[in-house]
Amino acid sequence: MSKPKVFEKPIGVRDYLPHIVRRLRQLQAQVLEVMERWGYEEIMTPTLEYYDTVGAASTTSESKQFKLLDPKGKTLVLRSDMTAPIARVAASLLKDEPLPLRLSYHSNVFRAPEEEAGRDAEFFQTGVELIGDHSIDADAEVVALAIACLESSGLQQFKMALGHSGYIDGMMSDLLAGYEAEQHSLKEYLLKRNYVGFSQLLKRLPVSEAVKNSLASVLRLRGGVEVCERALELTASDKAARAIEQLREVYGVLSEYGVSDRVFVDLTMIGDFSYYTGITFEGYAVEQAFPVCSGGRYDFLLQQFGRSAPATGFALKTNRILELLGKRAEESHDESAPYKVLILYDNHRRSQAIAYAQMMRSRHGLMVETKLLADGESPLVEAEGEDCFRYNGRIYHDVITYLDGESST
Amino acid sequence: MKPLLKIAIPKGRIFKDATKLFRAAGLPLPEDFDEGRKLIVQSPEAGFEFILAKPVDVPTYVEYGVADLGISGKDVLLEDNRDVYELLDLNIARCHMSVIGLPDWKPVYYPRVATKYPHVASQFFRERGQQVEVIKLHGSIELAPLIGLADRIVDLVETGQTMRENGLVELEKMYEITSRLIANRVSYRLKNEAIQALCDQLQPVLLTGG
Repeated sequence: MSKPKVFEKPIGVRDYLPHIVRRLRQLQAQVLEVMERWGYEEIMTPTLEYYDTVGAASTTSESKQFKLLDPKGKTLVLRSDMTAPIARVAASLLKDEPLPLRLSYHSNVFRAPEEEAGRDAEFFQTGVELIGDHSIDADAEVVALAIACLESSGLQQFKMALGHSGYIDGMMSDLLAGYEAEQHSLKEYLLKRNYVGFSQLLKRLPVSEAVKNSLASVLRLRGGVEVCERALELTASDKAARAIEQLREVYGVLSEYGVSDRVFVDLTMIGDFSYYTGITFEGYAVEQAFPVCSGGRYDFLLQQFGRSAPATGFALKTNRILELLGKRAEESHDESAPYKVLILYDNHRRSQAIAYAQMMRSRHGLMVETKLLADGESPLVEAEGEDCFRYNGRIYHDVITYLDGESST
Repeated sequence: MKPLLKIAIPKGRIFKDATKLFRAAGLPLPEDFDEGRKLIVQSPEAGFEFILAKPVDVPTYVEYGVADLGISGKDVLLEDNRDVYELLDLNIARCHMSVIGLPDWKPVYYPRVATKYPHVASQFFRERGQQVEVIKLHGSIELAPLIGLADRIVDLVETGQTMRENGLVELEKMYEITSRLIANRVSYRLKNEAIQALCDQLQPVLLTGG
């Protein structure tokens, strides 16, 4: 391997230039503010964690975690999500805090990118965890909050898919009792979104046509809340029935929040089975090819850290939202850009110029730069468009000069 | 009018086979596309826009959402492992992926396998508990055992003619390969109705192969 060139950086990481950072900070502030209004307080955790604790508890597979050694030879990971670190804190530093805990975060996370996949190795997630509340209302609260956050970020056209990990689990245990290995393979196919593999395996199973048809119709359990009816007809499993019951209740509570028109039911959406234990959800926005949000209930994670508690939460894919906002900003005027002022002054009028700059800087929404000119140097300010100015290759909304014997704008 | 669905399809024979399938399913595609050198072909009546791509690029287009749907060989899907939905087996461009070698092949101490599919090959042999050195080649894979670059190759076999003409034999069948209809994760949700309708129309005209 050749030495990297000076402009290169490791695969999958990126620089954020000022106009992007401004947009990111604004997005982060808007979303965290909504979370705060819903009772969630922001928490920060370290970038490094132990592999054996947080790394092992994370849903990110081992091969996708960045690992390194500390000076004593212990394996560390760069955090790959915030859920496991927050579980660790909830079970240690906050173990005497009464439940439920409502915590929010905005943080960079790290995933080793797959070869040539062109995915980010470091990206931002903004999310919440609601720990210690097993109720349907808690499930609905995080879904409604996720919707509120996406709305506050400026996205208009998006939808939230609502599923339940218990349904597929229950219906398969019921219909395919005795075929545990096949159940596992079928779920793997669903997880990998390989419906062809699912159907082909189904065809080979030594079970009745009726059972096969029921399992095949799982792939169509997507749509409005009426999907729940169809789902119940497919199985007599109690577990599946309870899952559907919960799904309906959550949908009902979401109607109370006034956001059920954003929500559709999708029982084919299954998360990692070793992790999600109930309601799961995922958000999709028009013109963004990747989900913008995902979340769900994970009742068994906390016990790995020694404090058994139910929990639910979500993470917004902040970079994906940022990309969308970026597309839009290019199409229209960027509202978030500040009003830029340049003050040019010379030696003789320095004190006035600085006093004025300080006064201007105390006002909100102004960005004030100063520049000392040499004696006799003429300020080469040109008009730029209707009402802007250009100096030294940069654009300003206003240029003020404090030069010997004059003060003008 | 904005097309309902953007579909990435490999140029050439697969495009012809796939559009034939679409027509058999009753979709109003023009009888004769002026394919020519165009990279984007419209089919306004059916509400489709076809993006003509290199076969290996189709899953990438779909994952990144520049196409809602795509038609891709299972070989490419196995090799690339892109995050897309695999919705239908279209049963066109059928062939299989095999381990191929000289007829007198015997296990060697330092096995070397040449292929266009390095990921699939290494995974396949690893699952068999064999460590092999995989050499990525871009074409004329059959040459490798003849000139001593590798003792075996992993490649697609359709009629087997090239293989036989070069004095090689199929040592082991690995996977059945056909073209699949794939979908972007978000399109599959947000354009659910259009995509499901297309699948339902295609389903009855697909040959159910073995």
